Amino acid sequence: MQGFDRKAMAARLAQDIPEGWYVNLGIGIPTMVGDYVPMDREVILHSENGILGMGPAPAKDAIDPWLVNAGKQPVTLRPGGSYCHHADSFAMIRGGHIDLCVLGAFEVAANGDIANWATSENDTAPAVGGAMDLGAGAKRLWVIMEHTTKDGRPKLVEKCAYPLTTPGAVKRVYTNLGVFEIVPGKGFVVVDLAPGVTLEQAQAASGAVLHTQ
Amino acid sequence: MINKIVQSMADAMAGIKDGSTVLIGGFGAVGQPDELIEALIEQGATDLTCVCNNAGTGRVGLARLMELGRVRKIICSFPRSAGSVVFEELYRAGKLELEIVPQGTMAERMRAAGAGVPAFFTATSVGTILAHGKEEREFNGRRYVMEHALKGDVALVEAWEGDRWGNLTYRASGRNFNPVMAMAADLTIAQVSHLRELGDLVPENVHTPGIFVSRVIHVDRGPDWA
Repeated sequence: MQGFDRKAMAARLAQDIPEGWYVNLGIGIPTMVGDYVPMDREVILHSENGILGMGPAPAKDAIDPWLVNAGKQPVTLRPGGSYCHHADSFAMIRGGHIDLCVLGAFEVAANGDIANWATSENDTAPAVGGAMDLGAGAKRLWVIMEHTTKDGRPKLVEKCAYPLTTPGAVKRVYTNLGVFEIVPGKGFVVVDLAPGVTLEQAQAASGAVLHTQ
Repeated sequence: MINKIVQSMADAMAGIKDGSTVLIGGFGAVGQPDELIEALIEQGATDLTCVCNNAGTGRVGLARLMELGRVRKIICSFPRSAGSVVFEELYRAGKLELEIVPQGTMAERMRAAGAGVPAFFTATSVGTILAHGKEEREFNGRRYVMEHALKGDVALVEAWEGDRWGNLTYRASGRNFNPVMAMAADLTIAQVSHLRELGDLVPENVHTPGIFVSRVIHVDRGPDWA
């Protein structure tokens, strides 16, 4: 089974973001999505710590210590970009102004539930950050993640076992095996399979039914 | 003449009492008032509740304040990060109370406190364990949880420029929580990289109007942050 590598997953998702969208990218693979939006397509990246119009990482000799993304990595500001404080930044999120949020996840369920912040209810010290605000507030939530855990357990499931971040929020899932739309009342519907991946293989790696269109 | 500029850290910290709730600005290291935190360690107040997005790293700053046993409770969104060793030790040993708040809810709770709004409803955390025990209501067919304003006795903020009336500007993403924390506390202390003469800040570009600021102290953060 061939499938997408992480770069190809990020590129596949970036392909689906139209010009003009305001987009928040989470930490990890989601951050990579920004690198694959074509330069001639104006997509405005939002960072929860008060940046609108975020640009790529700077050259090593051009780092501004005052300018970091949600993962605290150095970034740049595009011409036209702006800064705001945290309450305004989350007003953009909670107020439904962000067209798309892309997050990673531990599990996504067939009803759109996402679990991505704590691994058990007795987690020693859970860290939620902005995940719940983004899940509840963005106009649409897409998840980008490996199809299974490192030890092969499915991450597309009927019901999340881990504590939820937001119920019923996920619209699409991009994995190394393909792209899956979540259709209310139905569940995961295959949009695309990665090169060399069959429906049977993707189904065998999933804990929920994959419907075909 | 109004002059909020103080010359010493002792003057900046004067009057902070044991048991205070202290709001501490910054998102990671950016916009974090390191020198004010060091001064609070010197000042000696204890039994503190600290509100800060992260729970300190290494064994300096907020982490040192916690290690010295001066923090009873921490309210934050993301306590666990690379190097948050002191937090993890104390939390595991049961020596630190923790209240986890979604980041946007935390910011809005302080904005609400500063704006005289005692509570508000948000969809954030509905249907999750962080909504347990909170009042829920439905508006226009959607469920929301009630969140209370979060007020500080003291706010420690970092700004780029400040003047003797307490007007502040911030640099790039160093703004983050600082303006809402400045609004939300009875005593707001700002460390600024640059002092400006009254009238030199462009009025349209003031980020925090001086009404929200009690004291201003100049701190040279060195060439890395110039």
